[in-house]
Amino acid sequence: MTNVSMTNSTDTQGDVANTKGRSLWQDARRRFLQNRAAVVSLIVLMGVCLIALFGPLLAAWDNETVDWNVLGDIATLGAPSLSNGHYFGTDELGRDLYSRVVQGTQVSLMVGIVGSTIAVILGTLYGATAGYVGGKTDNIMMRIVDILMSIPYMFVLILLLVVFGRSMWLLFVGVGMISWLEMSRIVRGQTLTLKSKEYVDAALSIGVKHHVIVLRHIIPNLLGVIVIYATLLVPQMILTESFISFLGLGVQEPNTSWGALISEGASTLQYGTYWQLLFPLAFFVITLFCFFFIGDGLRDALDPKDR
Amino acid sequence: MKQSETLLSVEDVKVYFKYAGGGLFSQSEPQYIKAVDGISFDIKRGETLGIVGESGCGKSTLARAVIRMVPIHAGRVLWMGQDLVSLSTDDMRGKRKDLQMIFQDPLASLNPRMTLGQIISEPLKTHFPKMPKTEMRERVAKVMARVGLLPNMVNRYPHEFSGGQCQRIGIARALILEPKLIICDEPVSALDVSIQAQVINLLMDIQKEMNLSLMFIAHDLSVVQHISTRVMVLYLGNVVEIADADDLYENPSHPYTRALIAAVPDVDRPAPADRENMMIDGELPSPLSPPSGCPFRTRCPKAQAICTEEKPPLLEPAAGHSVACHFHTVAQVG
Repeated sequence: MTNVSMTNSTDTQGDVANTKGRSLWQDARRRFLQNRAAVVSLIVLMGVCLIALFGPLLAAWDNETVDWNVLGDIATLGAPSLSNGHYFGTDELGRDLYSRVVQGTQVSLMVGIVGSTIAVILGTLYGATAGYVGGKTDNIMMRIVDILMSIPYMFVLILLLVVFGRSMWLLFVGVGMISWLEMSRIVRGQTLTLKSKEYVDAALSIGVKHHVIVLRHIIPNLLGVIVIYATLLVPQMILTESFISFLGLGVQEPNTSWGALISEGASTLQYGTYWQLLFPLAFFVITLFCFFFIGDGLRDALDPKDR
Repeated sequence: MKQSETLLSVEDVKVYFKYAGGGLFSQSEPQYIKAVDGISFDIKRGETLGIVGESGCGKSTLARAVIRMVPIHAGRVLWMGQDLVSLSTDDMRGKRKDLQMIFQDPLASLNPRMTLGQIISEPLKTHFPKMPKTEMRERVAKVMARVGLLPNMVNRYPHEFSGGQCQRIGIARALILEPKLIICDEPVSALDVSIQAQVINLLMDIQKEMNLSLMFIAHDLSVVQHISTRVMVLYLGNVVEIADADDLYENPSHPYTRALIAAVPDVDRPAPADRENMMIDGELPSPLSPPSGCPFRTRCPKAQAICTEEKPPLLEPAAGHSVACHFHTVAQVG
């Protein structure tokens, strides 16, 4: 990452070849690659992302077009089949389920990634500032977090969606607003331990400005924890969105998400159209497992003392 | 000793840490830990002031107070005639160019996520943000060669080095700005004995070359004797004795200094006959409730009634040799 930025700088040192240092990140990568579950999960997750990105190119039907041929008898004609182009079958309205799942994947992954990105940026800066400054500032900042955490966010989010109408943006905002709270707590705790390290003292004695110390010395040493927590946060965000969509308050038709698809699939299970539940559910479960395994692998790789 | 310019002059510096009371709603008076309780000394250009004392006597706190890393309760720190305590944070930042510090734990004082080159060039980046990259690289290479680090190590990370090498990195970082004074906070305590000698000799060579002043903190008397021009002995936040290094070792006046020196094991020199008499018992009293009068009286073999009543002032019975003891003349004879 940033650690290799100096490598090609001093190649003109004469006959002594520059030894390239092995950074802590490289060590961590080696440990991560030895963790089979994590590596397999990473590959599978990349597959899911590829489907989300390039899946539409393979689809024979788009996600809005109703296939009138199957509409009368979804339970038999709408089953998954390669011959009519509905690889995953169709939904209750005769729309291509493959296209719908691909689109749901896009939405769900986006919610997860946007939610945890907001959490990482906001939570890290907020927590690191509170921890580094300390004293009264820290107290006030963390009490604000406590207060926000005590609000039943799901209730507030549902109210917001009901009052302002369902929209993607509101969903992002709502999910982002709550996700950074826990992150800021974790980061603040870690900052407190890092603050007393001698290299922070050394930087202070050199005369490095406080905000530079936070950005150059504190946050790079926090990144391990942040990365781990962020990977575990993604599935949490996806779950939140799915729950809201399951309640029918999430994304709006014709947009869809895993939660919405699972909800539809579950309600039509009695007609024997099991694939309408199975495909989105499989994507959902596999992705969540992947994220958890990767988060686990990252924790082992980045925090060898903590095993 | 030839008279030369006084670089740093510390005048009656007190560092107190509040540990109870004095809060918004508390009734009681605030209570303080007197970590440093009125210390004065000078450091001249090119000289080394050794500071010794037990753990908890305020050595490190004093060092940090000088460069304003802990707030000073009272007193003045004059740097070439200018009071550092009253400077604004920004002005102080400028002064830090001349005042560098080397830390006790060599590995912990280096950021594990930065390469050696990034660590050593950080002072340059901080004080000369506009310096071109090539010049910065040259200066890093120069200072690395000076402290005995191979140029091909520039992209390595701290965890790939031994303790001695890490301390060399710390020294290189302190040297790169060509400071006038380096504060060494127990720079060799965490190292092997053989490595200690290397690091100390390196420091002495560099000192001679650059006419540096050192403030050298240690709890190992033989190390301090080797490197110091003058030595200051601290006890419980107070100076008990300051003298030229050789004078102090040959002619210790304060009972505490005598006990410290007697406690140094030495193969060449047989233990003094009255070694048993010089030994002191007990623990360092808590700085929360220091003894009345002389801080050392609870452990002093020569303590008298006057010691509980009056705090002995730091007197200078012989030129360049100050001692804080009511019986310094007696002690000198006995």
